Amino acid sequence: MNGPQDLGGRHGFGPVVPEDESIRFHAAWEKRALGVTLAAGALGYWNIDASRHARESLPPATYYASSYYAIWLRALEVLLRQAGEVTEAELAAGQAHAPGHRQDRRLRRAAVADVLTAGGPTNRPGPEPRFAIGDRVRTRNHQPAGHTRLPGYARGCQGVVTAIHGPHVYPDSHAHFRGEDPQPLYTVRFAATSLYGEGADPTLSVSIDAWEPYLDHA
Amino acid sequence: MHDDHHDAELDEMTARMRALETLLVEKNLIDPAAVDAIIETYEHKVGPRNGAAVVARAWTDPDFADWLRRDATGAIASMGFAGRQGEHMVAVFNTQAEHNLVVCTLCSCYPWPVLGLPPAWYKAPAYRARAVREPRAVLAEFGLRLPAETQIQVWDSTAEIRYLVVPKRPAGSAGMDAEALAGLVTRDSMIGCGLARAPGAA
Repeated sequence: MNGPQDLGGRHGFGPVVPEDESIRFHAAWEKRALGVTLAAGALGYWNIDASRHARESLPPATYYASSYYAIWLRALEVLLRQAGEVTEAELAAGQAHAPGHRQDRRLRRAAVADVLTAGGPTNRPGPEPRFAIGDRVRTRNHQPAGHTRLPGYARGCQGVVTAIHGPHVYPDSHAHFRGEDPQPLYTVRFAATSLYGEGADPTLSVSIDAWEPYLDHA
Repeated sequence: MHDDHHDAELDEMTARMRALETLLVEKNLIDPAAVDAIIETYEHKVGPRNGAAVVARAWTDPDFADWLRRDATGAIASMGFAGRQGEHMVAVFNTQAEHNLVVCTLCSCYPWPVLGLPPAWYKAPAYRARAVREPRAVLAEFGLRLPAETQIQVWDSTAEIRYLVVPKRPAGSAGMDAEALAGLVTRDSMIGCGLARAPGAA
């Protein structure tokens, strides 16, 4: 979607503010936002693509005014409302009016280490790749209203396939609960001049990871 | 003025977070002890020292460096670093000719098993907007000025592949063992926003 998340190449956001690597969190609530978001994921109502879509679907003004953990928290509220596990009234009151539906799926403390170590690999059996390493490809003018992982700055641009990763879960389908729909995944390299036109840094190349439905032969 | 805004968000978010967590605990949908265990994992156990150990081993063990180039997921897992947000790893090696930089323009994708949680700036709009377009200006804000002829390769983490930059081994580090070398490897150097420290530098 052409939402607030699609930031690559945009102007006007000011300087980057580096910080020491010993800093893990900026406030206690951020820790809870991390832990509760991951724990709630175990309830099984959504997948990683659906959670990204909930975040990018926040109103743009809210998205840009929020730190990233605030984006997580606001999106988690939306996901839990959509799942039917919490209501607006309960959120306003900070009090439960009904018991949880999936109490049996609650992440137990003893399971945390295994769940984090297992992660969620996205490679799957699927179609043979149409493109080979070295092929010149052009990204499609692909701009669905729903979730996609083709960034706006790389639409309609010519690049070269530099790696083939095999079929992976396709976010454009998966985020909307239309199945995993595995599609071949590639790394595609672009010269900055192909992305941004004249005046782009001639020493710069940018690579994205792109699923086959984003690409045509150039 | 900026601090006032920050404090206001802090208070609102503290209340909002507490309300949601309270609700979910009352509904028996989350276990606060599990939440604590997740926080403990990423606050104290999984962080950029993991990645530093990987880099230092690659600098000292050519067979491991080859493995890291061919199959970063397997090579990194052999050191005990695997799991969430590191399921599919690729290691990219800086050279004299080419410097690598990692970003996620669309959200906050980051290789958690080797680097831990992403820093705030990595998730903020300025870095996500500019890293793919004017990386030299961004690197200058980190105090890094690359030679004009150095090629810059930026990796936008748009899928579930996660990238680890292997910085160049600094001059003057011959004879140091892997453990000492790991102390030269900063988090920022493994994102591409810095270089490994020179021996003896603060």
